[in-house]
Amino acid sequence: MVIDAVSFYLFALMVLGGGILTITRRNAVHSAISLIVSLLGVAGLYLLQGAEFLFAVQIVLYVGGIMLLFLFVIMLVNLDMAAKERQFNHQWLVALVAVALVGAQTGYFLIRGQGAFRIADAGGIAPPSALGNTEILADALFSKYLLPFELVSVLLLVAVVGSVVMAKKRI
Amino acid sequence: MPVSNFVNPADLVRFLPEIILTVMGTLLMVLDPVLHKRSSYAFGHLSLLGLAAALVASVYAFRDPGPAFGGMLMVDGFATFFRVLVIGVGILTILPSYRFLARHDAETSEYHALLLYSIAGQCLMVSANELIMIFLGLEISSIASYILAGYLRDDKRANESALKYFLLGSFATGFFLYGVAFIYGSTGTVNLTSVHAALTGPNAPSPVFVGVAAALMFVGLAFKVSAAPFQVWAPDVYQGAPTPVTAFLSAGPKAAAFAIFLRIFMTSFQPIANGWEPLVWGSALLSMTIGNFAALLQSNVKRLLAYSSIAHAGYVLVALTARSDVGTAAAMFYLAAYAFMNVGAFAVVSHLSGRGERYQNVDDFAGLGQKQPLTAAMLTIFLLSLIGVPLTGGFFGKFYIFKAALESHLVWLTVLGLLNSAVAAYYYLRLLVMMYMHEPSEAATNAEPLSFGLSAALILPALGTLVLGIFPSWVLEFAGRSSNLVK
Repeated sequence: MVIDAVSFYLFALMVLGGGILTITRRNAVHSAISLIVSLLGVAGLYLLQGAEFLFAVQIVLYVGGIMLLFLFVIMLVNLDMAAKERQFNHQWLVALVAVALVGAQTGYFLIRGQGAFRIADAGGIAPPSALGNTEILADALFSKYLLPFELVSVLLLVAVVGSVVMAKKRI
Repeated sequence: MPVSNFVNPADLVRFLPEIILTVMGTLLMVLDPVLHKRSSYAFGHLSLLGLAAALVASVYAFRDPGPAFGGMLMVDGFATFFRVLVIGVGILTILPSYRFLARHDAETSEYHALLLYSIAGQCLMVSANELIMIFLGLEISSIASYILAGYLRDDKRANESALKYFLLGSFATGFFLYGVAFIYGSTGTVNLTSVHAALTGPNAPSPVFVGVAAALMFVGLAFKVSAAPFQVWAPDVYQGAPTPVTAFLSAGPKAAAFAIFLRIFMTSFQPIANGWEPLVWGSALLSMTIGNFAALLQSNVKRLLAYSSIAHAGYVLVALTARSDVGTAAAMFYLAAYAFMNVGAFAVVSHLSGRGERYQNVDDFAGLGQKQPLTAAMLTIFLLSLIGVPLTGGFFGKFYIFKAALESHLVWLTVLGLLNSAVAAYYYLRLLVMMYMHEPSEAATNAEPLSFGLSAALILPALGTLVLGIFPSWVLEFAGRSSNLVK
């Protein structure tokens, strides 16, 4: 149990520390690397909760795929120029209100405890079974939700064809 | 759960139209290098072949109606009606596209592939019985449509059209999905039938959450059918998109969106109908009024037809407000009639507009009656049907809708709707007067002779409009039998 608590605080530190560094670093590459640390921390939290599949997906998709896209964009902008520019945050009032709201919400859930989540389990969501998280997910994905799962690939194909049509030199 | 017997042959037959359309779309792109050298018409021919096969498959699937893939799909009369409708719209879109694409040197396999994908998405939407499936169908159809709207990339207006459609459309889908999430959160299911059961059952979830979900989904769907107050995108998108695509957008995706509108609100949300009725009532009235009055001021025919399509969305919403099986049947009939007359009218615009779509103004239609009597005659049929003159499909469409509304005691909505159709007559008649009572314009004089594809694209919908107007019972009976949705 101690090791659980220790790793929780470790991962939480990664998430929060990475997040704070992401928005305060002037150099865009440093920000991106901090974001990776933060996302890895989230992955660790998933693992602690026994959600191995989400853990793997988090690393493959966010840390691997989406961060790569970020880095591509960063490579295309002029870093030296960007580092010298004054950081601007005109929307700080909106951000403050949003943060206050989220804070109030989190506080409410902390005080009310588990009872606050009653709305979420009104329906017949299956109780946790002895099978692992990944097995349950795979079972749902490839039996009951096989058709939607396959159709998502059609959706992605359409999006790919569409972006090629929009981007290629000559129709 | 046993995986082995999950997919059975009956499921596949019920899913056949979507399979055919997707395979054909992909095949077109694979064959692109081979076909492109031979004939630029080959893509169109193959697409027509695929659509015809899908049409046959839809009818064949209806021989054995029922749910498929564990209740994900529901192949009933309602689904078959709309499948046939959207595939028919697809065929009527490809026919004028031959000339249009050749004129703009833009014959590619992707155009046809995206069209087929979009239709596959719409077939999926209309036969889906789960919110996840509806969402996937909606997205497949929408993403393909966004691209088609901006297909002529060198055209500034097409760019504007595609960008506006994409941004606002994604936003609307977001609203819809948010609603779906609320439904799942409060009922624990996304199956339309189970949601209905959960809402009427003993442990009914909090009405606040269900109400929020219904409102969010209403916003998303109202955008997709261009109903007020979410109609602002329609004129710009319809004007900028290539005209055959505009014809498609105004009929296919709209009919499919109305189909899921009807299915969701008449099955899942039927228990809370008293809550959503005022909302739909207001939207119906607002759509009719804004559409018709704004159309009065338009000089561009595509914009005029765009505003008219907003008004027509309002009429269909009147049928939804009636929230009865008769209303559902009336909406189905109206959407069929509307698809014919609108696609036909846009085909005429596509024919006349010329290279670069120069001629789109009402003035450009002057003297068309002298120069091209057949084209003018066909447009006359479509316009008379849009007004709602007897012996055309549009007349019976309006008639059944207002009859259903009166049966549900919506007297005020009926009166205001009828007044609206009187206003609408003015701008349609203006186009008629321009065609027959003015000296020929430059556009009418220079118009090319009708090609085979274009003649078919004009004559088929005109025949459809007349058949619906003279023998309405053929379609209405089928609609009446299928309007009793599984709850």
